[in-house]
Amino acid sequence: MRALDTLPDGMVEKRGSSLWLSHLVMIAGVLVIFFPIWLAFVASTVTQPEIVKPPMPLMPGDHFFENYSRALNAGVNVPVTTMLVNSLIMAIGIALGKIAISLISAFAIVYFRFPGRTLFFWMIFLTLMLPVEVRIVPTYEVVAGFGMLNSYSGLIFPLIASATATFLFRQFFMTIPDELAEAARVDGARPLRFFFDIVLPMSRTNIAALFVILFIYGWNQYLWPLLITTDPSMNTIVMGIKQMFPSGDDTADWPVIMATSILAMIPPVIVVVSMQKLFLRGLLESEK
Amino acid sequence: MEKRVTFKGWLLPLLLVFPQLLISAVFFFYPAGQAIWQSLFIPDPFGLSSQFVGLGNFKFLFGDSYYRASFVTTAIFSILVTLASLIPALLLAVVADRLIKGATVYRTLLIWPYAVAPAVAGVLWLFMFNTRVGVVSWYLGQFGYDWNHVLNDGEAMGLVVVASAWGRVSYNFLFFFAALQAVPKSVVEAAAIDGARFTRRFFTIVLPLISPTTFFLLVVNIVYAFFETFGVIHTITSGGPQQATTILVYKVFSDGFVGQDLGSSAAQSVVLLVVVGLMTIIQFKYLEKRVHY
Repeated sequence: MRALDTLPDGMVEKRGSSLWLSHLVMIAGVLVIFFPIWLAFVASTVTQPEIVKPPMPLMPGDHFFENYSRALNAGVNVPVTTMLVNSLIMAIGIALGKIAISLISAFAIVYFRFPGRTLFFWMIFLTLMLPVEVRIVPTYEVVAGFGMLNSYSGLIFPLIASATATFLFRQFFMTIPDELAEAARVDGARPLRFFFDIVLPMSRTNIAALFVILFIYGWNQYLWPLLITTDPSMNTIVMGIKQMFPSGDDTADWPVIMATSILAMIPPVIVVVSMQKLFLRGLLESEK
Repeated sequence: MEKRVTFKGWLLPLLLVFPQLLISAVFFFYPAGQAIWQSLFIPDPFGLSSQFVGLGNFKFLFGDSYYRASFVTTAIFSILVTLASLIPALLLAVVADRLIKGATVYRTLLIWPYAVAPAVAGVLWLFMFNTRVGVVSWYLGQFGYDWNHVLNDGEAMGLVVVASAWGRVSYNFLFFFAALQAVPKSVVEAAAIDGARFTRRFFTIVLPLISPTTFFLLVVNIVYAFFETFGVIHTITSGGPQQATTILVYKVFSDGFVGQDLGSSAAQSVVLLVVVGLMTIIQFKYLEKRVHY
């Protein structure tokens, strides 16, 4: 925060009525932004007949526990609990996997001169911006060829094949003072020792910030799980919601679907809100 | 930029980069190469053999009015999503920046939608505008407006745009807010003392100073609209009505997996590859500029 409080009031802006107006605009903004979430929450606490006879109520009903336990224990195709577990494994797998492989390869790029280094650097550079959406058919064929359809490794590995994290760690390692590496070398420390004793502890905040970003990235994946998990018991929650809509003219089970939507957003929202500082840092840095 | 102090040896660094190299090769370079390769062939209907057609797939693709229409749809969609997410975000950030107290509380609240997956956002908006049970569509009906995004092209586009832009407002707000907080107070005050009013100060001082952020957001939001909105479109419209919301990425999916037209889908992947390449170049040109800034 800037040191605005030290300035005399009204230096830049007249306070008072305009301040109230500002709060009013912000509150209106927050309400509009929140309305879809609120409506979903309300729908998850009322009964189906209350929803299918519009307009549905705008205040929560008293069927919260009933709807959520129905979603968690039965769901539509598969209990939502199963999908939550799948999503959790996928998101954590992607986050940890990506962090692990990028930490060591960034370390190698920054602290070594080895044959093929430039080539390698350009290779990961190329992977930087090509999302999985663009190469879905061939990637699907590769994963199918390995027999990794309907498996966690099939969900995780193709999504860690991008170098954003490597670049981030490279940028950070470049800011570590050379004196530290020099001192380590003079002391006869081996490179891995230097990595574990100095580099890794210094990267803690960056690792945590990246974890938040990658967890959300992994949790919110849609197209990839949709393609490779044909078995409902491997569905992730974000892609599973759409599968809960009946094909044809049957009426959707709205209370359960909306309870599932709320459940699908709770983990990433908790991660983002509770680790807000880290998240902001990760976001603002990783996008630079 | 290079480190002056490095360690000796080449085996260890090669071992260290090996995992990333392997994963990139198997799940990135090989599939990308396959896409390019497949785009030059037409497989027979049984998938047993394929015939080399050179650039035939591309010729066919650009001769296909549906594909050309998809380009236009993607352009309209991306521009609308970008505007619909940037303008409210900037407005909220400017207002939040004026607050001395409470700005971080609003920020905490506004972060929420960012964490909501595009596909879930799609379901939320679909629910509000559902033709049978939607609250908003019901109230619109009370005012005499008959909302039906299942049949109406424009309404379908409007709905996927709003649902896609919704979560991005949070994202853009965070960046604009951070940028506004970094604008030197003294410059703004000097202008205020010289008698420049708020709007004048905003357009002549603040907006130019945050222009690197604005440009950056412009690029990432377009990239987002191109590649990450698949979930929204799949949940709300499935590309319909009559392909009115079929953006390029959705078409790769629907032609490749639903239509099983692998040659065409691969050619479309290659076209997207080129688009991504161009966007990357633009982004890095800009990054370079900012480094020297």
